[in-house]
Amino acid sequence: MESLSTAPRDERFPHTNQTRNCWVRYVEWKLCEEKHGEEESECKKFGRWARALCPVDWIERWDEQRANGTFPGPSGESS
Amino acid sequence: MKSVNTIVIFLITFGYEVIYNDAPVLWQTGFQDPATPVMEGIINLHHDFIFFFILIFVFVLWILLRAIYFFNSRVNKVAINYSHGTLIELIWTIIPIMILMTIAVPSFALLYSIDEIINPAVTVKAVGHQWYWSYEYSDYIGENGEIINFDSYIIPEEDLEIGQFRLLEVDNRIIVPVNTHVRVIVTSADVIHSWAVPSLGVKCDGIPGRLNQISLFIKREGVYYGQCSELCGVNHGFIPIVVEAVPLDNYIDWIQKKLYA
Repeated sequence: MESLSTAPRDERFPHTNQTRNCWVRYVEWKLCEEKHGEEESECKKFGRWARALCPVDWIERWDEQRANGTFPGPSGESS
Repeated sequence: MKSVNTIVIFLITFGYEVIYNDAPVLWQTGFQDPATPVMEGIINLHHDFIFFFILIFVFVLWILLRAIYFFNSRVNKVAINYSHGTLIELIWTIIPIMILMTIAVPSFALLYSIDEIINPAVTVKAVGHQWYWSYEYSDYIGENGEIINFDSYIIPEEDLEIGQFRLLEVDNRIIVPVNTHVRVIVTSADVIHSWAVPSLGVKCDGIPGRLNQISLFIKREGVYYGQCSELCGVNHGFIPIVVEAVPLDNYIDWIQKKLYA
């Protein structure tokens, strides 16, 4: 098991509503992977934070959408 | 039952053991015992408000009874013929303003301190379903990418063991460490639910498509009971919440077992 840590408090999302925090972490994670590869430690860190914040179902749905090319957010090809 | 209560009170009085009340009891009118600074704040604020409440209640009752007793057609044959007094209007406008301002200050201080999120060490996700809660501990990932993810269903009445609470026990409790900042992300997979535990001073709506964040800092070990607090369908009353707070080492052991067992 890795050390006891989780996604840190993010100054961009100071409110109760953390929906955007999860979304931004997920997009950052995937963009990082596209740019630097899945084994990059920074990308792994973003992945950990995104998984900490987003429900499993959401991540699965977005992964599926990315595979189908229907993901509504930014991806490596479009940016 | 009465003799048991007497013994318990005797023991507490002489410092033998303190038994905390983290679940509702019959005919309860007060709060459950607080386990977080937030709940301590809520209880203290309530008590402060009750001070003003009693003051106002006694004063208004006194005025009312005095008016009823002294002003009636028997005693006052001629009715007074004025209906306005500037001084009294000023007094009964300004004094309530002062009282409201006095109680607003600690109220806002508490409100904003509840919203304060300190950098957490643990994130737990609580997802409401019709009709159960499911929990995710995604901070920890097993060797094959597995995460800790389980459902928490009510224990039906016929399966209860002696000492268990009716309508409050679940098959899988969530375990969190004491004296640690825990972030709870509440959401829902279908309709609006609400994740609430009175002893911890938390109540947070789980809304589909939205993630709500609350912060827990539990100060003592214990088992804390709560229930869904937003009408969510026919079994709304049958999706309890049980939080077990354990020392950090035990929490890590539990995580290890969940991941690698």
